[in-house]
Amino acid sequence: MKVKVKLFAIARDITGADEFEILLAENAHVSDLLKILVDRHAGLKKWQGYLRFAVNQTYCQAGKVLKDGDEVAVIPPVSGG
Amino acid sequence: MIEIVREPIDLNRVINSVKDSAAGGTVIFIGTVRNHSSGRSVQALEYQAYESMALRMIEDIALEAKKKWGVLKISAVHRVGMVGAGEAGLVVVVSTVHRKEAFEACRYVIDAIKKDVPVWKKEITEGGGKWSVRSGGRKSK
Repeated sequence: MKVKVKLFAIARDITGADEFEILLAENAHVSDLLKILVDRHAGLKKWQGYLRFAVNQTYCQAGKVLKDGDEVAVIPPVSGG
Repeated sequence: MIEIVREPIDLNRVINSVKDSAAGGTVIFIGTVRNHSSGRSVQALEYQAYESMALRMIEDIALEAKKKWGVLKISAVHRVGMVGAGEAGLVVVVSTVHRKEAFEACRYVIDAIKKDVPVWKKEITEGGGKWSVRSGGRKSK
C-alpha cells in the first residue's frame, strides 16, 4: 500500500523533503514508518522521542495501523503563536 | 474568521470581523515577534504550518471556546513565512456580552493554539536559523 508522508520544521530540514509517497506492507503501523525514516536519515534519531504523528490530520499514537492512501504527518514539537 | 496568511495581519479587518451589536466587550491578543531570545538578538521568525490540520484544529478550539464562554464572535489569524521583529505572528479577537468571558475565552484560545496546533517557528539570528523548541517541550510516548 502507498501512503503520503508530510514533514515539517526540523524533520523537513533533516530529510530534505517536505512530502513524499512511500510503499509500506499492508497493516503497517506508524511506528514502522518511523523506523524506516530513522534508518534512512540518522539525524532523526535524536528527535525520535519528541516526534508526534498525525494521520489524515488527526494526532495519533505510534501504534496506529495505516491504510492505503493515508496522509501521515511527522510533527516535531510545535512552537506556534 | 479563522485564517493562516502570508501577508502582514490587518488588525482592523480582524477586529471588524467580531463586531456584534450584542457585544459588551472585545478582547484582542496580538502575539508579536520579540527581538531577543535567550540573550541572542532575533531579526525575524520564520513560521511554518501544516495548514490544513492547523486550520481544522483552530476551528475546533474556537468552537469549544464559543460553547464554554458563550462567545458571540471569535477570530484567529496566524501568519506564516518570514515575520520581522515587532510584527504580529498571531492575532486572536473575541467578542462577548460581558468582558470577563472575553478575557477568559481569548486566553484559552491562545494557550490551546500554542499547545497543540501544528505550527513551528525558526528563530532567525545573525548566526543563522534554529527551530524553536519550547522549554518543557514534551517527549512523546
